Amino acid sequence: MAGLEIPTWDPETALLIGAILFEAFVLYVGYGGLERLVGPHLMRLVVGGDASAR
Amino acid sequence: MLGSLLSGPGFLGTSPEMLALFAGFGLVVGVLFGFFGMGGSFLVTPALLMLDYPAPVAVGSGMAFVFGTAVIATLKHHDLGQVDYKLGVIMITGTTIGIEAGRASVYYLESLGLAGGVISVAYVVLLGGVGAMVTRDALNGGGGGVDHETADKDLDEYEIPEIAKKIQQTVRIPPMVTLRGDVRVSAWVITAVAFATGVLSGFLGVGGGFIRMPAMIYAIGVPVPVAVGTDLFEIVFSGGLGSYLYGQGGGVNLGIVVPLLFGSALGARVGSAATAVVDADEIKVYFGGMLLVGSVAVGIGEVGSYLGNATLELLGLVLVIGAAVVVAFAVLYTTVTSLRVTRQQQTSTAD
Repeated sequence: MAGLEIPTWDPETALLIGAILFEAFVLYVGYGGLERLVGPHLMRLVVGGDASAR
Repeated sequence: MLGSLLSGPGFLGTSPEMLALFAGFGLVVGVLFGFFGMGGSFLVTPALLMLDYPAPVAVGSGMAFVFGTAVIATLKHHDLGQVDYKLGVIMITGTTIGIEAGRASVYYLESLGLAGGVISVAYVVLLGGVGAMVTRDALNGGGGGVDHETADKDLDEYEIPEIAKKIQQTVRIPPMVTLRGDVRVSAWVITAVAFATGVLSGFLGVGGGFIRMPAMIYAIGVPVPVAVGTDLFEIVFSGGLGSYLYGQGGGVNLGIVVPLLFGSALGARVGSAATAVVDADEIKVYFGGMLLVGSVAVGIGEVGSYLGNATLELLGLVLVIGAAVVVAFAVLYTTVTSLRVTRQQQTSTAD
């Protein structure tokens, strides 16, 4: 593996990197939705009121 | 000894204990990255090395983690209009070649049996150097990392640093390109900056933002928020390709990357929200201290590995993770305390 390489097509590795990309998208959307859904409740629980966190 | 923890009948060949450790560590790293705007991957590769993962797996998985983090962060910065796509595309070529050169060096050193040691020493120097710089700046009341207040300014309000002006006037090798913020610079300066930071990324498995961002600001003259957004955008491509190349050699372990990303994506949201409440400069000294402790910890771990002393290896690992946990906890504690004080003031004003 030593030496500079030109990338060659490898479906297994592409799937591996695709899985990480897919997870990143799912987490971006999922945590975004979760933040909107439970964020205000969590703030009330932690701070004792709907403080302006942003 | 540590190696016995790595494999098990859990998810993706990783034991449940290690999955929980990676998710928790990812959460901590995410809080630090979201709050300080850098340091997302400083501690991941050294921690993996101390867990006895082979150097290509530690660096490759660290890079794949950086790739996933960059995808999430770029989506956010794209929404804020802080990505210069022209600059990003020019940088991708230089960074990618640099990453490949760094990656080839890791495999070459691995074939000599020296990769783990050389990378650990490089981390000791890097963490120590950046840690000392951040601590000095914090004690002098200066910056380091991303200044979240200035990041909210209009792009036209940014002054190009003197050194960047000098470079723009001196190096005028065509083709010249015009970037956002009315910056005009030689494409070769951009490529040189991209290549140098790419080598660092490929060799250490880090995003390289802590070097590339200052380089973009001081060598190219890019406004701070555009430097942050563009840096992340180009890591998506160069880091993705670097991860692909490491993946072809079996260097990317999903059992490490998936839980790390799972934790860090949540932590980054918390850390990013905390910047609206607490001034990062107030606790930046702890961040600098964490990097210095990290430097010492990697050194201890490496000595332990050299001597075959499992206790020293474990001590190094505990110090790396412990330092990150303490600083992340300081960020959260300060944020909650500030919010409660604000809430009490609002309540008493309303009364």
